[in-house]
Amino acid sequence: MMNTRQLNFVWVVLMLATLATFAIGEIGERIGIAGPLAMAALLAISIVKGRLVMLDFMGLRGVKFFWRGLMIGWLLLVSALIAIAYWIAAR
Amino acid sequence: MERHPDITAPHAGPAVAPPGDLAIWFFILAELLAFGVFFAAYAFARARNVELFNEMQQTLDRPAGALNTVLLITASWCVARGVEATSRARSATGARWLAGGILCGGGFLVVKGVEYAAKFGAGINLSTNTFYMFYLSLTFFHFMHVILGMIILIVLWWQTRQGLYGPANMNGIESGAAYWHMVDLVWIVLFPLVYVMR
Repeated sequence: MMNTRQLNFVWVVLMLATLATFAIGEIGERIGIAGPLAMAALLAISIVKGRLVMLDFMGLRGVKFFWRGLMIGWLLLVSALIAIAYWIAAR
Repeated sequence: MERHPDITAPHAGPAVAPPGDLAIWFFILAELLAFGVFFAAYAFARARNVELFNEMQQTLDRPAGALNTVLLITASWCVARGVEATSRARSATGARWLAGGILCGGGFLVVKGVEYAAKFGAGINLSTNTFYMFYLSLTFFHFMHVILGMIILIVLWWQTRQGLYGPANMNGIESGAAYWHMVDLVWIVLFPLVYVMR
């Protein structure tokens, strides 16, 4: 069951995470977050964001693991494929 | 032997099925699979054209992409608040939250439209290069999903305003909301992948 405080908290976290993603794009190289580190940070941020959307906005937090597993599994699989492709590109 | 399904203890453990209709969740999984393949194709195409992709990515409007992330996430938050209010029999409040979600979704379409207009105005099209082929087709595929999501939200808003949904009838609104959140979820991966990661 959702409650408003949790939903508001998740929205704030998602906004801050979006700011972090944008900041990596704008000033990442100047503050030493570039290349593989930036890639890993961006993927980690989107996994955190996606997981919160699934659990709280989509309401999967209290649901059987099967559904959370499928959804979060998709997120992890896509992130892993992107990471592999970037690793190949960086070699 | 007669079997009695246990329908008397809804809080006995984790819910068996996610909120909304089970059919929408299979639809969502199919959509996620399609977007997942598209994302992987982009990343591996980039691996073969790293310099082109890195150079072309610099020509994208990153602030517009970030603004659109804010708009979609805020729309998702509004829709979640709308569902929550409706589930507590406050459907008038729920409808107002859904209207907020529709406004943010509309904002996304406007910002993306301005971005497309700038790119098309600069003479960019699907055959410009591999990066723009991916950028245009991937974002337009998502754009179409936002439009479908908006249609669903407008129908939900109208029905919620009419008092169709409430604690005893959440299936339709939860299903539509889940679809909208999927559209948000896909953009959460798309924005860093296409606009930022290099």
